[in-house]
Amino acid sequence: MTVAEVGRPRASRAPLKLRKRSPIIDVLQVAVLAAVLIWFTLKGAGAINYNWQWYRVPVMFYRVVDGEFILGPLIEGLFMTLKISGAALILALFIGLATALLRRSNSYSGRALAYGYLELIRNTPLIVQIYLFYFVLAPIVGTTPFWTGVIALAVFEGSFTAEIFRAGIESVKKGQWEASDSLGLPRHETFRRVVLPQALPLMLPPLTGQMVSLIKHSAILSAVAVFDLTTVGLDLIADTFMAFEVWLSVAGVYLALTITLSVSVSLFENRIRKRAQHW
Amino acid sequence: MPDSSEKPLMIELRGVNKWFGDFQALRSIDLEVRLGERVVVCGPSGSGKSTMIRCMNRLERHEEGTIIIDGIELTDDMKNVTAVRREVGMVFQQFNLFPHLTVLDNLMLAPLRSRKLPKNEAREIAMHYLERVRIPEQAEKYPGQLSGGQQQRVAIARSLCMKPRIMLFDEPTSALDPEMIKEVLDTMVELAEDGMTMVVVTHEMGFAKTVADSMVFMDEGEIVEAATPADFFSAPKSERTKTFLSQILIH
Repeated sequence: MTVAEVGRPRASRAPLKLRKRSPIIDVLQVAVLAAVLIWFTLKGAGAINYNWQWYRVPVMFYRVVDGEFILGPLIEGLFMTLKISGAALILALFIGLATALLRRSNSYSGRALAYGYLELIRNTPLIVQIYLFYFVLAPIVGTTPFWTGVIALAVFEGSFTAEIFRAGIESVKKGQWEASDSLGLPRHETFRRVVLPQALPLMLPPLTGQMVSLIKHSAILSAVAVFDLTTVGLDLIADTFMAFEVWLSVAGVYLALTITLSVSVSLFENRIRKRAQHW
Repeated sequence: MPDSSEKPLMIELRGVNKWFGDFQALRSIDLEVRLGERVVVCGPSGSGKSTMIRCMNRLERHEEGTIIIDGIELTDDMKNVTAVRREVGMVFQQFNLFPHLTVLDNLMLAPLRSRKLPKNEAREIAMHYLERVRIPEQAEKYPGQLSGGQQQRVAIARSLCMKPRIMLFDEPTSALDPEMIKEVLDTMVELAEDGMTMVVVTHEMGFAKTVADSMVFMDEGEIVEAATPADFFSAPKSERTKTFLSQILIH
């Protein structure tokens, strides 16, 4: 083999050497930690004479009446949260990408618009924005509470995704743009086929974080008339006075949702990384 | 330029000025390159050689003067710019291959997306030029798996896939390990023998002597001297040229 055929060896990361230890220790640690947490909760509840009624919680998820499966309010709230988050996510990605592109554009007013939007949204509280959208904008434009909530969330999260997109795009070397230009590639093709594919692996981790916080932020929509998971929780407590059980259940559902999301994205990330190992 | 004045003008620069902020990078540049002519541009670093050839496909915008490439004037009109870029290939010091695409996809991208050729035709062209730079067996690899010399040859092939009438080379061997310079220069010599119009920024004086029809020496943003290689190397007129040549030819 000639030198040219061998090429330059690529630096490979040495695997971290972990000291082998029994998984029993890990399990024990988790068990002790959980026991302590549960003990504190029970002790606290005991101190205020709280009457636990966990047996009343399952019906909040589902019921079976005459062999018919009926979804409980918590699951319906979860579906609503999923719908809001999904719609807001798509819109937020679109707003973020558009803003990132505007910030890079040659047009002065385009850059000013993007800059103004980013500063305005990131420097005011989300709850105030939601009230503005709900009580000021919605009556004027005439959107439903659901879409008002989705738009308000998307506008908020879009300002953060815009910065993620911008950082991702700027991480791609100038030479890539120049090579594309020199080949006469149209801008949108350069963007789609050269820049975005290289920026994506870098943008995925922060975008996942953004998606998780979008799901969490959707809870704030309970402040306006949207029947999401948190609103359902509030209603259930008003009906049953089971604050501990309901809030813990609601938190559990959010947790299950965001962890599922994180895990699936990191699986996707691994696939992309595998493809990107030669870069 | 000698004995080719009847051939059509491919590149024409008239009174070109360019500034980076307060720094004047190009000072009233006049240059003519005719069909099939090979021009080698040399000069100390920061002399404006790269800036000049980057103006020829408008990777840099010139502020004053006229640049006409193959009959098309470079202005702010993007239509003209795109038309010129389709006729002009460029090879960079850092290769600038697309790392996320295989060699074959690197070559096919512009024919597919700029020329809008059908896929099988783009693939045929790509394989043809990969064979010309003698690395068809690397088609399915990624650029990062190739040596520097191979990468630069892929970059040359990528430019050729657009069937350009002019090729610009911006220090194509400066980032290469010494043992890989020859394979790239050989590819460029073959290209020259096929009659390609070429402007090459390089310090490879051996290459210049064999290939160049004319030598251009730049310093501080201006063309100090333009001559045939024979005159340029044996009887440089300007003091600055003499100093530069003594510095690079001493070893």
